[in-house]
Amino acid sequence: MLLTEEQQALFDGAKGETIAKIVKTLVMYGECFGAERMVPVNSKNGHLVTSFGLSVMKPVYELMDELIAAGAVSEQPFSVDPRPLDKNVPANFLQNIFFKVMYSKQADYEVQLGKLGLMNTDAFTCTCYMDAVGNKPLEGEVLSWAESSAVVYANSVLGARCNRNSGIIELFGSIVGFVPAFGLLTDEGRKATWVVEVDTVEKPEAQVLGSAIGMKVLEEVPYVRGLDKWLGGELDEGACDYLKDMGAATASNGAVGLYHIAGLTPEAKRLGDALIAEGAQVYKVDDAELRRVRDGYPVIWKDAAAKPVLCFVGCPHLSLGQLSAWTASLTEALARNGRQKVAVPVVFTAAPKVVEEFKATPDYQRLLGTGAVVSSICPLMYMNNPLCGKKPVITSSNKLRTYTSARYHPDAEILAQIAGDAGTASEGGVS
Amino acid sequence: MTRTFTGRVVVPGAVKAEALVTQAGFNTLASFQKSFMFGDKSAKCSDQNNADLYGKPMHGKALCLPQTIGSTTGGMILYCAAKLDRHPACLLFSKPIDSLAAAGAILAGVWTDVPMPTIDSLGDEFLEVVKDGMKVTVAEDGTVTVE
Repeated sequence: MLLTEEQQALFDGAKGETIAKIVKTLVMYGECFGAERMVPVNSKNGHLVTSFGLSVMKPVYELMDELIAAGAVSEQPFSVDPRPLDKNVPANFLQNIFFKVMYSKQADYEVQLGKLGLMNTDAFTCTCYMDAVGNKPLEGEVLSWAESSAVVYANSVLGARCNRNSGIIELFGSIVGFVPAFGLLTDEGRKATWVVEVDTVEKPEAQVLGSAIGMKVLEEVPYVRGLDKWLGGELDEGACDYLKDMGAATASNGAVGLYHIAGLTPEAKRLGDALIAEGAQVYKVDDAELRRVRDGYPVIWKDAAAKPVLCFVGCPHLSLGQLSAWTASLTEALARNGRQKVAVPVVFTAAPKVVEEFKATPDYQRLLGTGAVVSSICPLMYMNNPLCGKKPVITSSNKLRTYTSARYHPDAEILAQIAGDAGTASEGGVS
Repeated sequence: MTRTFTGRVVVPGAVKAEALVTQAGFNTLASFQKSFMFGDKSAKCSDQNNADLYGKPMHGKALCLPQTIGSTTGGMILYCAAKLDRHPACLLFSKPIDSLAAAGAILAGVWTDVPMPTIDSLGDEFLEVVKDGMKVTVAEDGTVTVE
């Protein structure tokens, strides 16, 4: 690794031992992947993955204290993943006690985040790139982010450059303002080693298509053909929402950090087939393949036919457009079924700033009128404990399915269940 | 029978430990979650999706794996495991290390007094040969002996 004079001075301890250790960590991290130099982090904001004050993560809080004491705070304000708690989300007495103990460090940790450079107290979301949140990087900017769904979106849809960093590493890059140049930060590392040919009769479910791609290509870069037929040639709100959900599934069902969509995403539009590396493998996706992938998801509920007790929609967090679309479809479905309220308790999640915008629309009260909850919680953090893990929870998120016991259903099936359509599990049948 | 494999040193160190092997990707967060929550110092693996490791103690073992998978908190979790003294004795990867595991191994190496020697690129045959309970010796130069 060839460091600049200034970087070398930091490495040698010119700004103290803590900064020196941070630079040493980044040097070792980069050398592990063949990086020969550091590049400046030139985005306006960072994004951290660790948002939860888990009582057992004492070493993290001690490290944060060490950083703060040494003045090693972020040069750029950052957003952070969603909070793990929200008293509005349904939980029983035992769960509430458990949450209180489990996340007893939440308040202390948020104070630490504030000292380290948190943008503001509303900056808790996995979709920091939503306009309302204010952390939307520009094409070509180098980021020091973690959170797999945000990284894959920033790389693919926005054309920014970021590796799949771990928690803590991303903060270190934001503190010193540079990161090792390797992988997705390089032109070579952004070339596609897979070509995915989508040929379906209907528009593929974003969450299942992403899952299929992730499971097939793992951490490699796919170039997807045939999707512009369904999404069009412009990154409008609908296309961005689709790619947000598809990308999160590629990143959680595999480890994809970047995908290109022919005729749609910025680099694919500019460079076309030149983005495809020599010898790239081909993966054909048709309706049968998507069915095969979905049929392969294990149901890990104790009773596979159990009636769902909770539904999460919004992992990653929903956009304003998605909240409005759900409001319309849910209210229509309930009216069709002659119901006032949802048949399964349902939580729609979105960034605090997006929820704020949503509250200013008439849809907000319409959605609350169905009995649904609108929250900015992290469904993953809610589910990731033994008490919630035993509950039959349904979701339209493939990411939540992957990391927890939640059962995945496409949007249409989720709608049928929460609206109490005849024959669904919410009515006592088998879905 | 003794077999020797040579990989690349990510974090140097010499150690002897009993092998614990997963053929599937190692989900770091899911594997350590219950140990962290309930204070299990032996760090029994809590990843229900990993049939090779589920329920087996990881602390002090030579963890033999292809790569890690899952949440980008992975590196931070490995760092915490080291600080809480629930970490594997070493990490031995058959494939090139992934960015999350590399972060964890390096964070433990730089920021704790309990580094986990970490070797990657040991080759697919390494995971075919090594079995749970075998004696594994890791040398500073990245040589891994299995017997």
